[in-house]
Amino acid sequence: MGSSGSHATVIPDGDSIRRETGFSQASLLRLYHRFRALDRNKKGYLSRMDLQQIGALAVNPLGDRIIDSFFPDGSQRVDFSGFVRVLAHFRPVDEEEAGIRDPKQPEPLNSRMNKLRFAFQLYDLDRDGKISRHEMLQVLRLMVGVQVTEEQLESIADRTVQEADEDGDGAVSFLEFTKSLEKMNIEQKMSIRILK
Amino acid sequence: MSGRGGCGPCWGLLLALVLALGALPWTQGAEQEHHDEIQGFQIVTFKWHHVQDPYIIALWVLVASLAKIVFHLSHKVTSVVPESALLIVLGLVLGGIVLAADHIASFTLTPTVFFFYLLPPIVLDAGYFMPNRLFFSNLGSILLYAVVGTVWNAATTGLSLYGVFLSGIMGELKIGLLDFLLFGSLIAAVDPVAVLAVFEEVHVNEVLFIIVFGESLLNDAVTVVLYNVFQSFVTLGGDKVTGVDCVKGIVSFFVVSLGGTLVGVVFAFLLSLVTRFTKHVRVIEPGFVFIISYLSYLTSEMLSLSSILAITFCGICCQKYVKANISEQSATTVRYTMKMLASGAETIIFMFLGISAVDPLIWTWNTAFVLLTLLFVSVFRAIGVVLQTWLLNRYRMVQLELIDQVVMSYGGLRGAVAFALVALLDGNKVKEKNLFVSTTIIVVFFTVIFQGLTIKPLVQWLKVKRSEHREPKLNEKLHGRAFDHILSAIEDISGQIGHNYLRDKWANFDRRFLSKLLMRQSAQKSRDRILNVFHELNLKDAISYVTEGERRGSLAFIRSPSTDNMVNVDFSTPRPSTVEASVSYLLRESASAVCLDMQSLEQRRRSVRDAEDVITHHTLQQYLYKPRQEYKHLYSRHVLSPSEDEKQDKEIFHRTMRKRLESFKSAKLGLGQSKKATKHKRERERAQKRRNSSVPNGKLPLDSPAYGLTLKERELELSDPEEAPDYYEAEKMSGGIEFLASVTKDTTSDSPAGIDNPVFSPDEDLAPSLLARVPPWLSPGEAVVPSQRARVQIPYSPGNFRRLAPFRLSNKSVDSFLLAEDGAEHPESTHM
Repeated sequence: MGSSGSHATVIPDGDSIRRETGFSQASLLRLYHRFRALDRNKKGYLSRMDLQQIGALAVNPLGDRIIDSFFPDGSQRVDFSGFVRVLAHFRPVDEEEAGIRDPKQPEPLNSRMNKLRFAFQLYDLDRDGKISRHEMLQVLRLMVGVQVTEEQLESIADRTVQEADEDGDGAVSFLEFTKSLEKMNIEQKMSIRILK
Repeated sequence: MSGRGGCGPCWGLLLALVLALGALPWTQGAEQEHHDEIQGFQIVTFKWHHVQDPYIIALWVLVASLAKIVFHLSHKVTSVVPESALLIVLGLVLGGIVLAADHIASFTLTPTVFFFYLLPPIVLDAGYFMPNRLFFSNLGSILLYAVVGTVWNAATTGLSLYGVFLSGIMGELKIGLLDFLLFGSLIAAVDPVAVLAVFEEVHVNEVLFIIVFGESLLNDAVTVVLYNVFQSFVTLGGDKVTGVDCVKGIVSFFVVSLGGTLVGVVFAFLLSLVTRFTKHVRVIEPGFVFIISYLSYLTSEMLSLSSILAITFCGICCQKYVKANISEQSATTVRYTMKMLASGAETIIFMFLGISAVDPLIWTWNTAFVLLTLLFVSVFRAIGVVLQTWLLNRYRMVQLELIDQVVMSYGGLRGAVAFALVALLDGNKVKEKNLFVSTTIIVVFFTVIFQGLTIKPLVQWLKVKRSEHREPKLNEKLHGRAFDHILSAIEDISGQIGHNYLRDKWANFDRRFLSKLLMRQSAQKSRDRILNVFHELNLKDAISYVTEGERRGSLAFIRSPSTDNMVNVDFSTPRPSTVEASVSYLLRESASAVCLDMQSLEQRRRSVRDAEDVITHHTLQQYLYKPRQEYKHLYSRHVLSPSEDEKQDKEIFHRTMRKRLESFKSAKLGLGQSKKATKHKRERERAQKRRNSSVPNGKLPLDSPAYGLTLKERELELSDPEEAPDYYEAEKMSGGIEFLASVTKDTTSDSPAGIDNPVFSPDEDLAPSLLARVPPWLSPGEAVVPSQRARVQIPYSPGNFRRLAPFRLSNKSVDSFLLAEDGAEHPESTHM
């Protein structure tokens, strides 16, 4: 299986990226090749268009939202470190690594909280720290087949928000979001084995 | 045993059939004597010998098929015991009965029948339905396991047996080293038939499956070469084998494997080319698929190349083009026929394996040999897998973990190929042929029955982690599904599967040359997925529209031509078409109702809520899009999965494309967004007025500049100028609908003016209710276009209003923007 590619490739800022994201040298190199393959015109950054070229994303109901998460704050391009930083959320949580972590250091990108935060911001479009009923409904519309009527969807959205909503403000805050998922093995569910 | 009652009569029937089979030869003899005596013309004659062979074959097939029905009467049995094992046992029983009645074993699985008639359908089926992307992504690993693994198995098994033989435990046998190696080579190969039969019922992850499955298919070349080489060595005699022969053997491996592959590819090319021109002979289209694939098998057999490789690759390579070329009906026919043949062949193979074992002539027992073979086969398989996986994991992105290795080792099933090969041995040259045959049978039975029986519990036991089973909360369910989607998207972005570069190159080559050569023009065009999506959606809408009408008891809605009635329909009333909706409304009503008795209100809410919970869970369960890992079905011989997945893909694809198109346009048009937004609003209102004024006659004023722009946009997206003329038509026709619908739409909702984030905001537009709407510029020429009247009325089908609104755009869609804007820019245009 292909460990192809030139080994002479030098990743700009490789070391600092590696420290921040926790990727191994090999994964980082692989991701760098991927980054350059996606970068159609060798611009040195990726545009939305580059990511939209990935066919499988077009049939992923959340595909475009995930693409958007690569472009925070309305920017139109993402460089390699930004690219890797997003992917780093999905690095598996290393038990030993978590054990010996220096508490003074900022939480690694792949911590449970950060994984959840990544998911949360896919819902929270207006960045007000809350998933409103409206935002919930939008996600539902994306994820549910056309067989479900609008009324059904609305009632599902209502129920979902109500279920998680603890302070009764009709929206799900990040705290409520994490609470509603506390039984879930996020560390496992939001990790990709190969992203070491 | 739930199916006990039903089983009795069937077993009786089976027994009767078997007895008939056993008894027939006698009657045949008696009949013949009788026949000779009678002179003169006879009205009715009994000519058993005339139909004997095909008759017996047909009867056996019938018995095997009936047996399958019987097995599946009881889910309990089939969920525990794999069908292949049941069939072998059945074969043993039937063989015993025939033997008891006939005193000779008259029916056995002969290598000729197996290799010429039973194996090809199974392998073709495997190739034709091969998940290509998965297969080629893992080709490296598959090849390593298939080539190195098989050689390793053959060598170690043969050599160890020889070593033990030298120690004298096995007693006196007339075997040399080469015989042992020959035996090792035929027992080494993992069998595609057995692997498929067992793995189909054990649901392992797709990577693991494709590796074991691919290995079993591709190791054929190695098996064939090893088998031939050692057979010729045995014939030559050990002392005459020279180094040159060994080199020849290695060379022949490459010739056999690459040659077989090449034959397959060439025939796949031919097949694709032929199906390109079958437009006027649709009926025989499916025939070509089978005949040409079969010819590839026979050709490589004739050239003594690997025939399994040939037909596998024929199937793999042709699937894309054939599926695009042949008509839908033909494709269905091919699918079903292939599944039927493969499934039938598999059934017969396993049953006959059982029957063949009941033959006192072939049994030579040597406890040490048999047990040691079993031991070595299993142990060396495991060792080989571990070694190779260790090597592979240094390069693989998706690591094969210990559990995977256990399953891979345990899934190394031997089957009918080994049996057929051992039956082919020449008893004069291989002195201990019978010992080999009996040992092979034992190994096959052991792996298929014992390992097949235990692999499912093993797989379940190894993945014991997920023992907690409770109904997850709504949030967990929804977010869990979202996480799955996120993961698969991230995988796609991070290019997890790799080989993207090669695949890209290949796709390019395919698009520029191969597809042009091998696909019909129409097929090339219809590969444009956007068009397909729209076509499908149109069809579906038309169907559901009619169904809905019929469900309501009449097709009166077709008959009433007056549009006035339609306009008067009050859409603002909630339509209690579903239980869910009504419950939900009940809830809201009760919550908002002025009710002084708070406790009773709370009570009521709670019960309603519980009921709704159940329903909501159900709805979610049913309709949430499945993440790729779940729905991308693996190869399955017995199950023809419906096109659920494609449907889902299309829905999402359509949604995504529409959204992107809009954000693309808004980005393009929205240079000064805030200004623009207000302008739009104003213009929309103006356009609205225009439309309202033209409602009575139901005609939309069309101005060509607007459509010119639309057309340009469309070409940008589709780059299919050939379709252009049709679009004008579609556009014109759907125009009426569009504005009619927007009359009602505009009053109820107003879009948030100003687009903060061009990508996010169109979301609102993409409600599933509006999903079915496809921008007119996406309409393919050949899409089903309902009659003018039907079109006008479709949006007003009362039960299905939202779903059936494919022909209009929302007021926010770019098209109406364009329309409105255009009107403003050309104030003098005629329709003002």
